Amino acid sequence: MGAENAGGQKDPAVWARGLTKRYGEFLAVRGVDFAVRRGECFGVLGPNGAGKSTTMKMIYGRTPPTEGKLRILGMDARADMRRIKARIGVVPQEDNLDPDFTVIQNLLVFGRYFGLPRRTAAERAERLLEFVGLAERREARVEKLSGGMKRRLVIARALINDPELLILDEPTTGLDPQARQLVWSKMRELRSRGVTLLLTTHYMEEAARMCDRLVIMDQGRILAEGSPDQLIEEHAGPWTAEILLPPDRHEEARRLLDTGSRDVAGGRKREAIRGWESAEDRLLVYTMSAEEARAVGERLRHAGLGGAGFFSRPTTLDDLFLRLTGRTLREG
Amino acid sequence: MDVRAVWAVFARNMDIFRRYWLNNLVSNFFEPFLYLLGMGFGMTRYVTGIDGMSYTAFIAPGIVASTAMFAATFESTFGTYVRMVFQKTFDAIIATPVNVEEVAVGELLYGAAKAGIVGIIILAVVELFGFVPQWHASALLVPLVAVVVGLLFSSLGMTAATLVPQIDHFNYYITLFITPMFVFSGIFFPLGGLPNGVQAVAWFTPLMHAVRMSRELVFGQWTHVAADALWLTVVTAALVWPPVVLLRRKLIR
Repeated sequence: MGAENAGGQKDPAVWARGLTKRYGEFLAVRGVDFAVRRGECFGVLGPNGAGKSTTMKMIYGRTPPTEGKLRILGMDARADMRRIKARIGVVPQEDNLDPDFTVIQNLLVFGRYFGLPRRTAAERAERLLEFVGLAERREARVEKLSGGMKRRLVIARALINDPELLILDEPTTGLDPQARQLVWSKMRELRSRGVTLLLTTHYMEEAARMCDRLVIMDQGRILAEGSPDQLIEEHAGPWTAEILLPPDRHEEARRLLDTGSRDVAGGRKREAIRGWESAEDRLLVYTMSAEEARAVGERLRHAGLGGAGFFSRPTTLDDLFLRLTGRTLREG
Repeated sequence: MDVRAVWAVFARNMDIFRRYWLNNLVSNFFEPFLYLLGMGFGMTRYVTGIDGMSYTAFIAPGIVASTAMFAATFESTFGTYVRMVFQKTFDAIIATPVNVEEVAVGELLYGAAKAGIVGIIILAVVELFGFVPQWHASALLVPLVAVVVGLLFSSLGMTAATLVPQIDHFNYYITLFITPMFVFSGIFFPLGGLPNGVQAVAWFTPLMHAVRMSRELVFGQWTHVAADALWLTVVTAALVWPPVVLLRRKLIR
């Protein structure tokens, strides 16, 4: 660790060791270790109840850690929370805009909480409304905004103090695809300006698109960490053969792939199968390439398995999650 | 505790107050005005006068105090609860450098200020309509009583707000606690005529002291002013801290 208390540029944006949160008997976060580097977009992917939000809440001072070390921008989360909060922005999971105020007032009132001089707050507020495309709705009541506009306003509000680290807790949950794209483009823009982004999501697509690195969380633990490609490479394979097959025939298919003859697929070397998963009526076989995935499908079809449907597709984080936990992200 | 942070919370509520000033005035001030008008004009005919004053003049100072009580009570119960639970305003604020204690204190001070503002307005109306023919200069201290009453009842109301499981439960608080106080605090009739037991209970209620003190200040009698001021100060000081602690417990887990 760099300077212990200075909160300088060299310190990681977030650094957690053995970070734990206990509510009574319930362990929401079970001793997680991770570090968010400056300037990257770091994702925490997991189903509802994985401990993502609790982890975020510890980082932005909403709930104190039960155990472990937590440093944000080089400052101690227990001792320096006020100074930390002055330098981070928070986009919470639930919109908590002030419904009694207009769009612009929401930003100005927030500026006051940060102790910004009135002029500074006013200038920034105008710029931020431009940035999130709400300049024309300046005087609108918050209630009159669509879900996507509210989200963008929450993002603008989180930027009023010009934060070095922006924490987004499920930033696009509940948004339609178009609104989601818009939020993503704003996030990319912020990242290109050097703002560190820390986001939680249960959309694997969001994690795959946005994050330089991510951790996969489940039941309060971190199961894997790395870049999306790296994680898929390491824990599954880049291509998946997905075969629609009644569950009672999965075993048969597995045996075939396990011991199957090398000649079947035209005398080629046997496919490098990286693993498989059974998910209801789908058998997922992870391979290293599209060719291999197709070959797996063909081999099974020759044996009379999987006539009902077969896809060769890139492996997703959803597959990865299934591989790591035995459940899909959607099941939660 | 950072004064600027407390100010930011207070100012947020004052912005809302300004934005909805008409609504605020009508809801806080119309009812007491009706009491003054109806009870005053209606009863004055039948009541020859209490302690040498007209009935309207007798009830007017108490109405000022009770209006302060109601303003602070509604603000700190329903108002605080809506901000805390439905609008999640406090969640948004404590994600900034402002902490929970500063939110609580800002809210309490706002309740006190609002009570003071409606107190001044009712007092002005009393003057405008000539409800009290002969003022004493010490009446100018009544808004101060309204502010203290406001702080006291904001503290009680906010304590309730952090404890109730749902918003309907404020009805118990208001019906079983606030309304009886309104009726039996000596606004509408002197407590001297009531059984000793009732008088003893009344001594423990904040509003009784506020009503008596306001009345004495308006008429320039100083019999109980010092004792009531002391009572209100001590009790307010004791009641301010619990909601601050309870709000932290409610929001930070």
